[in-house]
Amino acid sequence: MEIPYTVTARPDTGLYNAKVGIWLFLASEVMLFGGLFSAYIFLRLGASHWPHHILNVPMGLFNIMVLISSSITMVLAWASLKMREFAKYRQWLGVTLFCGVLFLSVKSVEYKDKFHHYGVILKTGQEITGHLAMSEEEAVRSDVLKIKPDPENAGDFIYQLKSIFSKPEAEEKVLEIPKSEIRWWSNFVPKYNTYLATYFTMTGIHALHILGGLLVLGYFWGPGASLYRTNPEHLANRVEVAGLFWHFVDLVWIFLFPTLYLF
Amino acid sequence: MDSEMSMTSPAAHGLHEEHEEIPWIRKYVFSTDHKMIGYQYMVTSLFVALFAFFLMVLMRWQLSFPGKPIPVFGPVLEKLLGSSMAPGGVMTPQLYNSFGAMHGTMMIFMALVPALFAGFGNFVVPLQIGAPDMAFPRLNMASFWLFFVGVVIMMVSFFVPGGAAKSGWTSYTPLADFADMGPGFHPIFNGQTLWLIGMAFNITGSLLGSVNIITTIIQLRTKGLSWMRLPVFVWSELVTAFLLLLAFPPLESAAIMQLMDRLFGTSFFSPEGLIVNGKHADISGGGSSILWQHLFWFLGHPEVYVQILPTMGIVGEIFANNTRKPLWSYKVFVYSLLAIGFLSMVVWAHHMYMTGMGQAVTSFFQIFTTIISIPSVLLGTVLLLSLWGASIRFNVPMLFALAWLPMFGIGGLTGLPLGWTASDVVLHDTYYVIGHFHYMMAPASLLALFAGIYYWFPKATGRTMNEFLGKLHFWPTVIFFNGIFFPMLVQGFAGVHRRWYDGGAGWQMAQNVLWLNNVMSFSAWALAVAQIPFIINFFWSLWAGKKVTDDNPWQATTLEWATPTPPGHGNFLHPVAVYRDPYEYSVPGYKQDYLPQWEPEERLKKEGKLSQLPS
Repeated sequence: MEIPYTVTARPDTGLYNAKVGIWLFLASEVMLFGGLFSAYIFLRLGASHWPHHILNVPMGLFNIMVLISSSITMVLAWASLKMREFAKYRQWLGVTLFCGVLFLSVKSVEYKDKFHHYGVILKTGQEITGHLAMSEEEAVRSDVLKIKPDPENAGDFIYQLKSIFSKPEAEEKVLEIPKSEIRWWSNFVPKYNTYLATYFTMTGIHALHILGGLLVLGYFWGPGASLYRTNPEHLANRVEVAGLFWHFVDLVWIFLFPTLYLF
Repeated sequence: MDSEMSMTSPAAHGLHEEHEEIPWIRKYVFSTDHKMIGYQYMVTSLFVALFAFFLMVLMRWQLSFPGKPIPVFGPVLEKLLGSSMAPGGVMTPQLYNSFGAMHGTMMIFMALVPALFAGFGNFVVPLQIGAPDMAFPRLNMASFWLFFVGVVIMMVSFFVPGGAAKSGWTSYTPLADFADMGPGFHPIFNGQTLWLIGMAFNITGSLLGSVNIITTIIQLRTKGLSWMRLPVFVWSELVTAFLLLLAFPPLESAAIMQLMDRLFGTSFFSPEGLIVNGKHADISGGGSSILWQHLFWFLGHPEVYVQILPTMGIVGEIFANNTRKPLWSYKVFVYSLLAIGFLSMVVWAHHMYMTGMGQAVTSFFQIFTTIISIPSVLLGTVLLLSLWGASIRFNVPMLFALAWLPMFGIGGLTGLPLGWTASDVVLHDTYYVIGHFHYMMAPASLLALFAGIYYWFPKATGRTMNEFLGKLHFWPTVIFFNGIFFPMLVQGFAGVHRRWYDGGAGWQMAQNVLWLNNVMSFSAWALAVAQIPFIINFFWSLWAGKKVTDDNPWQATTLEWATPTPPGHGNFLHPVAVYRDPYEYSVPGYKQDYLPQWEPEERLKKEGKLSQLPS
C-alpha cells in the first residue's frame, strides 16, 4: 500500500503531502510565537519599568547574519539536489549545519554572560547593574553586597562590541550596598524581572527550534541522505520541507532581535 | 440481491493478500494504521471519560451530603490518597477542588475531544474520502502516543504529595502559580506542574493530529470527490482541525510561561505586591494574571467548538441515513460549520466580562458572541427540517442523534444570557454557567459520541451491537442527563455559586433550592447505572455480536461503506471513485432508495436499479 502524492504533486492542489503538512505546522508555530509575542506586548504595555541595553546588540546582530546566511545555504543545498548534484548538496547542507551550531554557540556565550551579570534594585527604586566583587556564596551570606557597577556607556554599541573580545580594564570601583537597602537582587536569570523572563523564554524556545532543525538537517546530511540513491526527488522534497522550517526559524529571530534587543 | 454486492466475495479477495507479516506489537501497539489508531484513541478516551465521570459521581455526594463520609468509596479514597485527603472517608475541600479541576480537564481534553475528533476522525475520515490511510501514518502514531503519555501523567498526578491540580480546569493564576509549592511539595511532581506537563503533551499530540487530518482531507480525496461532495462529518473534522491547529498553540505558550513561573520563579502572571500565605511573595512581580486568562480562553472557547463540531458532523451523517433523504440543505450545513469555526476564534473574552475590560471591548465580544448563534440556529434548522416528511428509521444511532438536537438547542439558548454583559454580571460564577456549558459538553457531546459508536461499530468490528441493550442505554441516559443539568440552571438563578464545597448548604438564599442537589446527585448515580448496558453491549458484541452480513448494513451512501467489513490494511479492495453527492437517498426514478457515492450510473442502470421511465 502506498500513500498517494507522497512524492508527486496532486494535480488540483499542485502540492505534495508533506508540503501541505509543513505549512500547516508552521501556521501552528506562528500561533505559538504569537502567544509569546502577545504576552510580551501585554506585559510591556502594563509595566511600570522596562529595562533597556541589557543585551549585547552586536552579538544579536551577528546571529542575524549567521541565520540569514544559513537560509541562503539551505536554498543552495535544496537547489543542488534538484540539479542532482549530491556532493554540492552535502557541502551546502554542511555549511547550514555549521551556521546553526555557530548561532547556538553565540547564544550560549550570551546566556553565560547573563548568568554572571547582576542587578540590584534598591528600596528607593533605583537599579544598579554590574558584576559581583565577591563570590556568590559570600554574596548570599553577607549583609553587604559588593558590586562593580557597569560603566555609563555600557549600552553603547562600540562598548558592547569591544567587551566581546576583551575584559574592559576600566576603573575597578566597588560599590558596597547594605542588604537592608535592597528590595530585590539577583543575577540575570529569568526570575530577575519580567523582561528577562520574556527574553529567556522566547529565545529559549527559539533555540530549541534551532536544535530541532539541526537534528533534522543532520539526519538528512547523514543517514537520511541515502534516499538519494533510490529516490532523489523524494529526498529533494524532504529537504525542501526541512528548509521551510529552517526559514521560519530564521524569520522568528528576525522578529525577536529588534523586539528584545533594540526597543 | 445485496449479498451479490458483497465486497468480500472470494473472487475479490486475491487483491487484498498481504504476504508481509506485521509483528503483534507493530500491529496493535505501535500501529501506523489509521483504523487501529482510531480504536486506540476511542478506547483510551472512553476509559478516561469513565474515570472523569466517576470523579463527578463522588463530588455529587459531597454536594448533597456535605461533610458526611462517602459510602463504599470513602475508605478506598482514604487508603489510596491518604487520610489528609479523605479523613474517615470524608472528602476534604482540597480533594473536592482537585476532583473538580481534573473532572473538567480530563473530560474535555482527554476524553471527549480525543474521542470525537481523533477517535472518529482517525477511523472515519480516510474511509469517507477514499484514502488508503492518513497522509502521515507515523505522525499519526506519534500523535496518539503523545496523547497517551499526557493521560498517564494526569493520572499519576493524583498520587503525588498534595494530589492532582486544584486550580480549576482553567488553571487561573495567580492561584495556579503558587498551588502546591514550597515545603512538603516536589517542584515537578506536584499536581499543578504535572497538569502543565500533561497538557503540553496533549497539545502537541493534538497539533500533529490536526496537521494530519487537514493534509489528508486536502490531498487524499479520491477521484470525483470535490469539496461540495464531502460528507458533513469530513467537513466538521476539517473545521475542527483548523481550530486545534490555530487555537491550541497560544495555550501551549501560556503553559510554558506558567511552568517558568512555577519552576524558575518568573513573574509572567504575578503582579507586584502579591501576598501568599500571609507573606510577600519572593518574586520580582511585574506580571499580569489577566494575561493568563486571555491566552487560556483564546483556546478555551474554541475548545468548546472543537468538541461540538464533530458531533454536528456525526449527527448530520446519521440523520441523512435514517431519514432516507438528503440533508435539507447541505450547503447551509457546511457554511454554518465554517462560520461557527471562524466565529469561535473571535469571542474568547466573553468569559472575562468581569475583569473590567471596558465597554468598547466588551461590546465587540457581545456582538460576535450573539452572531455565532446565527449559524448554530441555521445548522439546527437544517437538521430539524430534514425530519420533515422523512421516512425515519428509529434505530439506536438515530435515537441518540435525535436526542442530540434538543440538548444542543438548550445548550445554545442558555448561552445567550451569558453572552451579554448585563445578565452575565448576575449569572457569572453560578450554577447557571455550569448547567449551560454542560448541556453542550455532556448531553450533546456524549449523545453524539454514543450515536457515532452505534453507527460505525458494525463497520469497525464486523459485528452488530444489540438493539435492546442500546435502547436500555438510551432512555435512562437522556432522562438522567436532564435530571442532572436542568436543575443547575434553576440553582444558578437562585445565585448558588459554582465552586461551593457544600453545595450551598451554608448560604441563606440557597435553602429553597438545596433539595435540587439531591435530584442532581441521584440522577448522576442513576446515569452511572444507565451506562452498564452500554458497557456490556460494547464488549459482548465485540466478542459475540451478530455478524454483519452486508458491507453496507445501514444502506448508506458514503464511501466508508464501500470497504470490506471490517476494512483491511489499505481499506479499499480496488480504486474507488465518487460519482455523486454524499446523500442521494430516495431519488425519483430509482428502485433502490439509496445511491452510493461510489456506484457509477452505468452500473446502476445495468443492474436494473434504474426503473423504466415513461418515454
